[in-house]
Amino acid sequence: MVLSQIISLITTAISFGTVIMYGSLGEILTEKSGHLNLGVPGIMYMGGIGGLIGAFLYETHTASPIPFVGLAIALASTLLCSLVGGLIYSFLTVSLRANQNVTGLTLTIFGSGLANFFGGSLSKLAGGVGQISVASTSSAFRWTQHISDRIVASLSAKAAAGGGFMKFLASAADTVDRVFLNYGFMVWLALAIAVVLSIFLTKTSRGLNLRAVGENPATADAAGINVKSYKYLSTCIGAMISGLGGLYYVMDYIKGTWANDGNIEAVGWLAVALVIFATWKPLRSIWGAYLFGALYWLYNFIPGLTRSSQEIFKMLPYIVTIIVLISVSLRHKREDQPPTSLGLSYFREDR
Amino acid sequence: MQRNEVVTDRPVSGAPAVRMEHITKTFGSVIANDDVTLDIYRGEILSLLGENGSGKTTLMNMLSGIYFPDAGSVSVDGRPVSIKSPKDAFDLHIGMIHQHFKLVDILTAAENIVLGLNESYMLNLKRVHSEVVNICKKYGFELDPDKKVYDMSVSEKQTLEIIKVLYRGADILILDEPTAVLTPQETEKLFGVMRNMKADGKSIVIITHKLHEVMSISDRVAVLRKGRYVGDIATSQTDPQQLTDMMVGHAVKLNIERPEPKDLRECLKVENLSVVDIDGIRKLDKVSFTAYGGEILGVAGVAGSGQKELLEVIAGLQPAQRGSRVIYTDRNGKVSSLIGKSPLEIKKLGVHLAFVPEDRLGMGLVGNLDIADNMLIRTYTEGSGMFVNMKRPRKLAQDIVKEFEVVTPGITTPVRKLSGGNVQKVLVGREISGDPSLMMSAYAVRGLDINTSYTIYRLMNEQKARGTAVIYVGEDLDVLLELCDRIMVLCGGRLSGIVDGRTATKEQVGLMMTHIGETGKEADE
Repeated sequence: MVLSQIISLITTAISFGTVIMYGSLGEILTEKSGHLNLGVPGIMYMGGIGGLIGAFLYETHTASPIPFVGLAIALASTLLCSLVGGLIYSFLTVSLRANQNVTGLTLTIFGSGLANFFGGSLSKLAGGVGQISVASTSSAFRWTQHISDRIVASLSAKAAAGGGFMKFLASAADTVDRVFLNYGFMVWLALAIAVVLSIFLTKTSRGLNLRAVGENPATADAAGINVKSYKYLSTCIGAMISGLGGLYYVMDYIKGTWANDGNIEAVGWLAVALVIFATWKPLRSIWGAYLFGALYWLYNFIPGLTRSSQEIFKMLPYIVTIIVLISVSLRHKREDQPPTSLGLSYFREDR
Repeated sequence: MQRNEVVTDRPVSGAPAVRMEHITKTFGSVIANDDVTLDIYRGEILSLLGENGSGKTTLMNMLSGIYFPDAGSVSVDGRPVSIKSPKDAFDLHIGMIHQHFKLVDILTAAENIVLGLNESYMLNLKRVHSEVVNICKKYGFELDPDKKVYDMSVSEKQTLEIIKVLYRGADILILDEPTAVLTPQETEKLFGVMRNMKADGKSIVIITHKLHEVMSISDRVAVLRKGRYVGDIATSQTDPQQLTDMMVGHAVKLNIERPEPKDLRECLKVENLSVVDIDGIRKLDKVSFTAYGGEILGVAGVAGSGQKELLEVIAGLQPAQRGSRVIYTDRNGKVSSLIGKSPLEIKKLGVHLAFVPEDRLGMGLVGNLDIADNMLIRTYTEGSGMFVNMKRPRKLAQDIVKEFEVVTPGITTPVRKLSGGNVQKVLVGREISGDPSLMMSAYAVRGLDINTSYTIYRLMNEQKARGTAVIYVGEDLDVLLELCDRIMVLCGGRLSGIVDGRTATKEQVGLMMTHIGETGKEADE
């Protein structure tokens, strides 16, 4: 592989990995409360289509849309839609104590159906498949990229006038820009969420309480922790974080349009796998997400692959997850195990 | 017959720290506490004594906010209070250490201690650490605040529970059978700590049924029997015999049939049976006895004295220690050893074993399956090829429903939807249908109404008449004394002795249940 290909793989890995990272960060928070939400793909779908609808309606009904207003509307509608998904899931599994696997899978089917239905409607409104464009909102999602681009541009303008060292500096800056800075702000937001989540879970009182709820709700209950509200909050906030992944995918990754290609669902399952890969630790899910992104797109960078052998390469993230699962089980380290009461509903009077 | 019922002799004067007045609590039709009035004083250790099911734990659970009384009032330091949750109890400085520890395994001791307190937004484990070290120094505990709970021994976990309660500022501590899981050395250590806490002015309630512990640790004893308050007495002014009398009360006539055993033959010989459980706790210690076909052998003992392990070893569900022997002799005189065999192997040996376990819907039946499918569990290995024979189980299910008058919409109703008595009838019916030569039952009438209970007694007697060896683990001494031909008494996993059911008295059995006395010596070798 030549340098340009490596750079291209890294940028692909980071931008695609970010979608997975959002999904898995939300799911980590949810699972820490003892709820296995297999509805992540559905919730990402709901978040994605919600943001797109908000931005689309704003842009089509305004003569000259302001990019950052579009961004705010898209963000708000994504959070709202994924919150609805989280509320459906938590009402069913926390209050009604429905089976979590069944509820989650149903939510995935529901979310993808809902999103593809409205995606189709939007396409029709826009005048045909692939015609949806929320260009100005989408460009607002890449404002960080515009800033770094401008800095590099001014640097290379100076370099053109300067000597050899300046030229080297400019080309180095260009490479750094293309590899590490060529992203919209949501890539950085994902990193921030991972760090904040990690601090919350390990260093704060409420994080400790949440971990206790996921490990042993009866004990948490006896310690005076409101188990239900912890479960509701972490499931709903988790869903909102996952939903942001859908928004990032729609607005940044595919640049403000809609495709009924089932990619979000694929990413959603990768996110669920990543939770296991990261052994329920937000910081591990950062590099895990980038690794998954790189593995998923690796086939593009290997010459001479046929259609079918490409699919084998796409399996790599899952194979890696299985290997991690096996090695974690073999090592039997208690800290790497899933929350003990994951998947079990809690009812105080059950004894 | 109400002789000696209420003893009022308070060694402590002054106003009580806690006063519970006319407390009544019912669960469905079961009365757990009936008009109980109890005072707890500062700077004393109070023993709450009573048999299983006498309502000790329920009463204390109402003080710690787990349950709420149906009637009656609670006052703390003279102020009437309403304790609706564990948090309310903490706020009143009442803390309870439950028999089943409430700890999160994956967290450290310090993390478990501050759980739910939300003292500050960011955790300050250093401060907790030093606070815990202070508490340990003050009362003589030994605990590493940074140790994870999953690395702790039972005794360390208990220490952690006590420190957790103290950290939350409790000065009224309730310990629910704290010594049940401890070795004698650990018990001594715990008692030392309890004495230190008492010297510090704390009130301590210890729920127990071990008389020697009552005598050695407490200042005052309050006794409950069948949910009712019997009385309290200063420990220095009483003796185990009087306490036993207060605890078991006087025999009640039940008029259960007891035909004379005939054609006794040796069926099961158990020798030197020892069992150590997964946590390394010795559940049975060199128990030896013989069960004869044609008689009912009762097993008495407070809960957790090794009854469950005893039955499970015989049924092939638990491993026994080396040197244990379980010899089975069938009706034709064929002898085989059951130790180390699985239930299936035991069945293949030709042992017709009927087992009615304590946990009916956990071990006995599958709640989600219907009656017919539950019959199949015993016979699924029969039949040819890969298909099971459904005809026989269906027929059996119909017979049982008819014969035992099981109230059910049909044999396709999931067992979990039946009432407790009907579940038990289905279970006993299935077990008896196998034409058993050895029948074991644990708490067969627990939770059943009078009529169903008598049906069960009648079925036991029928088996006895057929020459089956019946082992009946029970908790109601009155029933044991009227139903069983012989009663073996277990105490803390050891055999206290075997007495004749026709001549033994309730007081005698009660005393044997609570400590190994002279009566048990000869049988205990």
